[in-house]
Amino acid sequence: MSYKAKFKVWRGEGGEGKLEDFTVEVNEGEVVLDIIHRLQATQAPDLAVRWNCKAGKCGSCSMEINGKPRLGCMTRMSTFSEDETITVTPMRTFPVIKDLVTDVSYNYQKAREVQSFTPPSSVRPGEYRMKQVDVERSQEFRKCIECFMCNNVCHVIRDHEENKTNFSGPRFLMRIAELDMHPYDVADRQDAAQEEHGLGYCNITKCCTEVCPEHIKITDNALIPMKERVVDRRYDPLVWLGNKIFRRGDNGK
Amino acid sequence: MENTHNTERHEYDVVVIGAGGAGLRAAIEARQQGKRTAIVCKSLFGKAHTVMAEGGAAAAMGNVNPDDNWMVHFRDTMRGGKFLNNWRMAELHAKEAPDRVWELEAWGALFDRTKDGKISQRNFGGHEYPRLAHVGDRTGLELIRTLQQRVVALQQEDYETHGDYEAYIKVFAECTVTRLLKDGDAISGAFGYWRESGNFVLFDAPTVVLATGGIGKSYVVTSNSWEYTGDGHALALLAGAKLINMEFIQFHPTGMVWPPSVRGILVTESVRGDGGVLRNSDGKRFMFDYIPEVFRDKYATTEEEGDRWYTDQANNRRPPELLPRDEVARAINSEVKAGRGSPQGGVFLDVSTRLPAEEIKKRLPSMHHQFKELADVDITAEPMQVGPTCHYIMGGVEVDADTGAAAVPGLFAAGEVSGGMHGSNRLGGNSLSDLLVFGRRAGAGAAAYVDALKSRPKVLPEQVTEAREEALAPLGHTGENPYEVHHELQRTMNDLVGIIRKSEEVAEALEVVEKLKERVRLVGAAGSAVYNPGWHLAIDLRNMVLVSECVARAALIREESRGGHTRDDFPEMSPEWRRRLLVCSTQDGSAVEVEERLQPGMRDDLITLFDRDELKKYLTDEEMAEFDGIAKS
Ligand SMILES: Cc1cc2nc3c(=O)[nH]c(=O)nc-3n(C[C@H](O)[C@H](O)[C@H](O)COP(=O)(O)OP(=O)(O)OC[C@H]3O[C@@H](n4cnc5c(N)ncnc54)[C@H](O)[C@@H]3O)c2cc1C
Ligand code: SF4
Ligand code: SF4
Ligand code: FES
Repeated sequence: MSYKAKFKVWRGEGGEGKLEDFTVEVNEGEVVLDIIHRLQATQAPDLAVRWNCKAGKCGSCSMEINGKPRLGCMTRMSTFSEDETITVTPMRTFPVIKDLVTDVSYNYQKAREVQSFTPPSSVRPGEYRMKQVDVERSQEFRKCIECFMCNNVCHVIRDHEENKTNFSGPRFLMRIAELDMHPYDVADRQDAAQEEHGLGYCNITKCCTEVCPEHIKITDNALIPMKERVVDRRYDPLVWLGNKIFRRGDNGK
Repeated sequence: MENTHNTERHEYDVVVIGAGGAGLRAAIEARQQGKRTAIVCKSLFGKAHTVMAEGGAAAAMGNVNPDDNWMVHFRDTMRGGKFLNNWRMAELHAKEAPDRVWELEAWGALFDRTKDGKISQRNFGGHEYPRLAHVGDRTGLELIRTLQQRVVALQQEDYETHGDYEAYIKVFAECTVTRLLKDGDAISGAFGYWRESGNFVLFDAPTVVLATGGIGKSYVVTSNSWEYTGDGHALALLAGAKLINMEFIQFHPTGMVWPPSVRGILVTESVRGDGGVLRNSDGKRFMFDYIPEVFRDKYATTEEEGDRWYTDQANNRRPPELLPRDEVARAINSEVKAGRGSPQGGVFLDVSTRLPAEEIKKRLPSMHHQFKELADVDITAEPMQVGPTCHYIMGGVEVDADTGAAAVPGLFAAGEVSGGMHGSNRLGGNSLSDLLVFGRRAGAGAAAYVDALKSRPKVLPEQVTEAREEALAPLGHTGENPYEVHHELQRTMNDLVGIIRKSEEVAEALEVVEKLKERVRLVGAAGSAVYNPGWHLAIDLRNMVLVSECVARAALIREESRGGHTRDDFPEMSPEWRRRLLVCSTQDGSAVEVEERLQPGMRDDLITLFDRDELKKYLTDEEMAEFDGIAKS
């Protein structure tokens, strides 16, 4: 049941590195992360990799396996044939710190730029009443384990460093949609989505949805509806006028 | 300064070590009270262990059953802990948990709802009424994300007022603390290293809140992640604080048993709370044979009654699958030992014949996913195979219930790293609520301590130099591979200080631990200090060995069986032992001392919440006479 597999693992730090070859034991039921751990324990004690839960719940172990963004802990070795060489590389969109570990601070910065949940000041804790159907839409997005693989795969920033300032990536555009659909959120988020977070850059290719390990329908359920809300708002002359008037009054203060 | 060369220095009022539920809630409180606060954690922000919690957070809101209230919750908690709990903590916890859960909702959490739009609550082992606020089976994720987003909200406020997101609260992620610093008796800061670069960090601060979680990585079969190396327990000991109840470790009854590489990964108790049953290889629901005397009148004695309970709780008793975890774990252990286990060495946990497939997918989505992806098992069509796994430590830093203060001035602790609240056994769902209640209290405790401080304790350069040298040592050694030493410790604790303990075996474990101490001093880490997991593990080993010694020493001394401590040679629960706490301390980290201490008796108004007949099962004759006196007056 146990066999020797051939692995190529990207190793290096500070911007330099290369694929290194390993031959390593694989046992029944194991996942790619197990193999990386076996390499650490037996051949490469300083091989850097992130992980925590080993059960697809924390989103730490994102990597690219044969070029595809995957969670190392949820990719079973049985999905490969025994003679296949398996290539493991770090996420490409984020700068590499060492080996499989990347600098994901871009994501935390973007998270901080999304205006927080803004409930009406009149509702006290304990007084919230929401129907299950009304919370389900946002709940889907709150399943996100922040593996950042959707941001990693999105072509707007993959190989386009220059777009990072103006584009928050599917993860945080989805966060805006989540708050916009929250039954008690009163903030006005549509302009910010378009103007500050770069919703317009997304051309709904759905690559983000395809890699999401939580199977969240990012594009269909978050991004497209968000685009529609923005469009409705912009082209509805009444709303547009309303906005303007509101804005003026605001500025006049 | 020469001796802090290459060490960055930061000044804070409060340094919170840990970014799980307890740490984040503590930091939020400290910041809300105007204190400059650092949050330090070993993983990325949002990845702490709390993220893995599944079932829910226990709070007697009474949304599903209006008969629930703090007194019922208090009683359940004390019962679950076999009356060894710090009753003041159990009281505060039961009273404050609802407010802490509601507050999360005001910060954006979206719990599952009841029909009338309130927070829905689910059944769990040992809880008399449906009590766990939850989101499917990913409650921990909701909790940590909400707190994380609350931290961000505070940072946005600070940005508005000070033009700097990090003016009052900053997260130091992938940064490990290795030593607490003291000026005389009092805390003066903390020392650590960036995992990413290997550079050192010095926090100059009069208060430290420990919120580092548990110790499970000292065991082979565990539901815990690499972070659980008992750092906070060890840091507290080394700083002169005391640990209590270290012999009590919760083995969760249902961990995955197959494939080998995922052995120990948790199968949430919600499976049983929502109707799942345990069967042995004969197809028998064996839990009916394991209802202990103390719970005899509270659990169903027939399958029919147990099944009726799910729809009519007023007129039926709950099925024994929902006994407290220690009981269920021991029962599974016995069934397997008696040769009635499943093919893969566990027992069967079946929900497929109990609920429609759609309902299972809706209520237990992450379990469905986990088994499908990792074990090729479709839980809507076939049973799971499960067995006990090391899950939670009831023991930890001894703290003042109201403020979270440890014995060392300026040191506070909350969450899994603290001890007392759960007694000898924790009820499911009582941890997430514990994190919120006592995280907040520890944050407030630290803030009040800072306010009362006359002069700021100083960081002494010698201590910084020592801490640096200690951390660097493994990089200079060419000694043994740390992974091997770690593995031996895990095997030893698993085999000799596991779910069922015998005095010879525990004594043998102590001998092994003694030898491991020497080996730990000499382990070498190959490679540089840049993101080097071998080096990180070498540093963590000091903590794991120290904490394992506490567990084993206390386990050897306590000659009774109670909750998460089962002695084969002393199978009975002893009223005499109930009042005695075992308190661990160390002089210099080279050895652990254990002393016995009497736990104060429960306040009159709390003890009279229980029936005399129930108390009789736990208390000594002398205590009963006292109780009769109180009850009469
Ligand atoms: C799989 C699983 C499911 C669970 N389900 C439930 C449930 O449904 N309900 C429930 O109530 N409980 C549950 N529990 C238990 C509960 O999740 C934990 O007890 C709880 O999350 C611990 O929280 P904490 O805040 O104390 O610590 P954690 O969330 O573990 O956080 C510890 C933090 O400390 C940091 N840290 C540790 N050491 C250092 C150091 N040296 N330097 C810097 N930082 C450090 C870590 O990086 C981390 O950020 C579950 C546990 C597991 C494992
Ligand atoms: S759908 Fe939009 S956000 Fe998602 S990958 Fe494509 S362009 Fe990026
Ligand atoms: S949306 Fe999915 S892919 Fe993106 S970060 Fe969240 S879990 Fe990962
Ligand atoms: S280790 Fe948590 S998702 Fe893989």
